[in-house]
Amino acid sequence: MNQAAPAPRENQGDPVVRIDARLKVTGQAGYPADIVTANVAYGALATSSIARGKVSELHTKDARAVPGVLDIVTYGDMDKADTPKFGNTGASSIGPLHDKTVFHDGQIIALVVAETFEAAEEAAMLIRADYENERPSASFDSKGVKMEPAAGKSPMFKEDAKAGDFDAAWADATVKIDEKYSTPTQHHNPIELFSTTAIWQGDQLTIHEPSQNVTGWKVELARQLKLDPANVRIVSPYIGGAFGSKGPMTARTAIVAVAARRIGRPVRCVVNRMQAFGTQIYRAETRHRIRMGAGKDGRITAFGHEGWEVTSRPDPYVVGGTSATARMYNYGSVLTHVSLVHADRNTPGYMRSPPETPYVYALENAMDEMAVALGMDPVEFRRINEPEKEPIGGKPFSSRSLIKCYDQASDAFGWSKRDPRVGSMREGDWLVGMGCATAIYPTAAAPCAARVRFTADGEVRVQCGSHEIGTGVRTVAGQMAAERLGVGMDKVSVEMGDSALPPAPVSGGSISTASVCSAVMKACDAIREKLFAAAAGRGAPLAGSGNAKLDLKDEKVVTETGKSAKLADVFKAMQVGALEEYAEFAPKGSSPEALSKLYAGQPEFHGGEGDKDSVKYAFGAEFVEVRINSYTREIRVPRIVGAFAAGRIMNTRTARSQLMGGMIWGIGQALHEATEIDQRHARYVNRDLQDYLVPVNADIKEVDVILVPETDHQVNPAGVKGLGELGNVGTAAAVASAVYHATGKRIRDLPIRIDDLIG
Amino acid sequence: MRPFVYERPTSVSAAIAMASGPDAVRVPPTGADTQFIAGGTNLADYMKLGVTRPERLLDLNTLAEPALRQIRIDDDTIRFGALVRMGEAADNNDVRRRCPLLADSLKFAASGQLRNMASLGGNVLQRTRCEYFREISWPCNKREPGSGCAAMEGSNRQHAVLGTSDACIATYHGDFAQALVALDATVDIEGSRGRRKLAFAKLHRRPGETPDIETDLAADELITAIEVPLAPWSSRSRYLKIRDRESYAFALASAAVALDMDGETVRSARIALGGVATVPWRAREAEDALQGKVLDEATAQEAAEAAFADARPREHNAFKIPLGKRTLVRALLETRNMKG
Ligand SMILES: Cc1cc2nc3c(=O)[nH]c(=O)nc-3n(C[C@H](O)[C@H](O)[C@H](O)COP(=O)(O)OP(=O)(O)OC[C@H]3O[C@@H](n4cnc5c(N)ncnc54)[C@H](O)[C@@H]3O)c2cc1C
Ligand code: SF4
Repeated sequence: MNQAAPAPRENQGDPVVRIDARLKVTGQAGYPADIVTANVAYGALATSSIARGKVSELHTKDARAVPGVLDIVTYGDMDKADTPKFGNTGASSIGPLHDKTVFHDGQIIALVVAETFEAAEEAAMLIRADYENERPSASFDSKGVKMEPAAGKSPMFKEDAKAGDFDAAWADATVKIDEKYSTPTQHHNPIELFSTTAIWQGDQLTIHEPSQNVTGWKVELARQLKLDPANVRIVSPYIGGAFGSKGPMTARTAIVAVAARRIGRPVRCVVNRMQAFGTQIYRAETRHRIRMGAGKDGRITAFGHEGWEVTSRPDPYVVGGTSATARMYNYGSVLTHVSLVHADRNTPGYMRSPPETPYVYALENAMDEMAVALGMDPVEFRRINEPEKEPIGGKPFSSRSLIKCYDQASDAFGWSKRDPRVGSMREGDWLVGMGCATAIYPTAAAPCAARVRFTADGEVRVQCGSHEIGTGVRTVAGQMAAERLGVGMDKVSVEMGDSALPPAPVSGGSISTASVCSAVMKACDAIREKLFAAAAGRGAPLAGSGNAKLDLKDEKVVTETGKSAKLADVFKAMQVGALEEYAEFAPKGSSPEALSKLYAGQPEFHGGEGDKDSVKYAFGAEFVEVRINSYTREIRVPRIVGAFAAGRIMNTRTARSQLMGGMIWGIGQALHEATEIDQRHARYVNRDLQDYLVPVNADIKEVDVILVPETDHQVNPAGVKGLGELGNVGTAAAVASAVYHATGKRIRDLPIRIDDLIG
Repeated sequence: MRPFVYERPTSVSAAIAMASGPDAVRVPPTGADTQFIAGGTNLADYMKLGVTRPERLLDLNTLAEPALRQIRIDDDTIRFGALVRMGEAADNNDVRRRCPLLADSLKFAASGQLRNMASLGGNVLQRTRCEYFREISWPCNKREPGSGCAAMEGSNRQHAVLGTSDACIATYHGDFAQALVALDATVDIEGSRGRRKLAFAKLHRRPGETPDIETDLAADELITAIEVPLAPWSSRSRYLKIRDRESYAFALASAAVALDMDGETVRSARIALGGVATVPWRAREAEDALQGKVLDEATAQEAAEAAFADARPREHNAFKIPLGKRTLVRALLETRNMKG
């Protein structure tokens, strides 16, 4: 069961090995900061040590005196570039060198460029700033924060979900819980550091930078630098850890480009780990209040979910996960409200399942509390509240296999052996606890273009400006082409991660496999038609096959009746050497301008709760066992089982790997991860991998992933539901549930640490 | 990183001569212009962060004296040369057999890669990981005397509850030192004013008013060896380290325990506590509380109460007091259950 390449079940593709696996493990994959460039100069950032105020004076004399320093880009040096825009492609509206206002800790105050990395770093450390310092507001409880309703503040979150008469149902409920939950600040900390390399050739600019959105960045960078987008190219063939952090472009990209233009040389800036905390996006802390009312029969009659999220002063970044929690179960009535709290912080941004991770954590913790209050098995409680239709808009689910997931995961886990009494299970000095929770992630797709070339000798080249962020999308896109064109994977090459390729949407929202595969499929199908027409034409190898269904297999065109023609012969008959098709895919419900918006770097997303016909989600169920030492209370997770249903699984190996990684991250979110903020100064304190805790190998024991077969023809032509972000949703709640089972302590604020259980 | 001169002395005496000068007695080694480097896993990190800024580094790895790299075990002592790597000592079967506490305090530290680089001399002199100390834009009395202590009212979950002062509450994070202070180890020191042998317990200084002065060493003094006497309690000894994750993390609380038992009764106990104090912390009150007693849950608890009687918590580290006590109770009971 627990193997790297699970045998495919119904509607699941082969566990094909990643096409870049060998390159990656042998160090041959060229990450953006590895690209060899002649005459490159090195950049290092200097960042603010206050969170709010103004830079009154910047002292750069000592820095300029460091041998090898070529330039210092700071206030007034941005060559009239426009300020960044906050949105899908831009991380923040703050243009740090456009204005001396300091909005947050670690804001860029200068970029030093030098002959060597060492000189640049040394000089950057010598830059001193005088500040007009104002008292900053760090987070929720700080004086001076500004709170506002989130609905309508951002196109990402239009309204608060509601259904029925919550107040009346709440007043009438027999069993009630009313609790508060919270999740901490988290930073992605990808192992590949953030970097920008800018190279000018005349007025053409090439940026090598890890990016999840090369097309969007091209357009946005061109806007900032007032260039023709055709003259800007973003290259990012491999990415070492993204999870949203490399989705929106930050202010640094333009600053490095300006520096390279000023000195007339390529400039490479690799941001050190400490500085990444202030210059990149992150998951902001959230708070929740959940009111849940139910009848004795276990039916939920009232569900209220209020959320609060921190964002920066200028930008309304909102995740608003109530749109998913409000549709999770068959609630009688729903009332939700999300508030934004503006503080003196950098603008947060996407981090793996941005809305669901915090909001579903709160919901699922509350579900567990309610099951306890009802004296009901938590799995049974979810079964009772399984909906026919989603409660907000009354739409059906395109498919929903949650209960199947619970059944298969609980069997594999051995849930029936759990003694439900709190603190009843023990092994020696270790308390044993078992818990479970639901995972959910909206299934969306976006417009995408792809080019496929097929040659007479069976070689396939797929080109698509999507991004291999570690998910395996390059492999599954290749698999789709291999399958449609009837060749082996050894004949397929896939190019991605370059804005010169056909445009693809941002690799976020778990849309890549669905969107890319749908576009690749469309291009392949166009090639198939041409080949079939030629193969069956007059005088052609399969002439007279009439309307019999043709297919491509083993580099042959084959008929249903077993006749076949070699590819080479069909190409010969057509008198061509290669067929190339450029296809554009737009998901159902796309607007007429959806495709032109793709080229402009503003792809529309369709699916999730937004479609007219149905709501579209992937689901999962996770079961966790914890061990807690009865003396010292450290928490360990010997075992975790997750079962997930996500439509067609393209490749069981890469799917499992995504889900397993998600579950491991979920354990980290439950027990380890948190950015500490000095509340007095609104500054991040634990800015390195020593103090920013993530699980290490020794923390992760048995991780079992079950891929539950599911077929869904509504979601998109490829029948694929994204699962890249599904695995870490719910995990932390399952851990919290297990901790409660072991100790009787309900921990509502993440992460759950010894501090919470001792004493 | 600032430029610095890098030199490779080939003998202890040469290294000392190169390090000595008028400043060597005036400034602590961590503030001196010339500093020694061994594995570099602590020093190079703090140089990159700008926490320490030596003008000149003397690499100890080229010192020729073979004893610096040897572990010697006889009937009543284990002697570690200062350049023995952590990994080598942790994996030494004789060390483990004679004194599991020593081996475990090393094995549960850092990571395999770090243990292969880091020397025992450097290990005991590792500096605090206080986040405010590591980031030079914060006030810190240890890094810049008189500038204040950002941790006192800041994020101080990691910080110490024992041996603190109004100037500094930084934890001494090392593990091996807890074993050494518990086992009455001594260090051999060589400097321009000659050789001396110092009780390990006297090597580190509590912060007091001068947290920048961390040890008893002068800037031109080298640790050449660490000596641990073997005693009846050595083999029944244990290191229990409690941390946020299973590996690769410093202790939130740890206990080094060695017991000499007469049946159920404690003849003699050696106890040190890590993760909770500003220096390697010998818990003599706890040892005294156990002396002559039957070791059980109740007496272990009494010993733990005695050990933390003077603990002073700050905003985020109060949990270390109950955790420290339970760590000690568990370590005592587990050590009792070992074969003598
Ligand atoms: C990520 C990480 C995790 C870690 N986890 C742990 C842990 O869990 N437990 C733990 O105990 N430690 C841990 N450490 C600390 C590690 O053990 C020390 O960094 C290491 O032991 C230092 O040894 P070194 O030889 O590299 O010292 P160096 O960095 O070379 O030197 C450290 C200091 O000692 C001085 N010095 C070195 N040798 C001598 C000598 N012979 N005489 C006089 N002065 C000398 C140097 O001048 C310097 O001031 C960790 C370190 C890192 C980076
Ligand atoms: S606790 Fe000590 S090391 Fe940390 S900031 Fe305060 S003075 Fe500096």
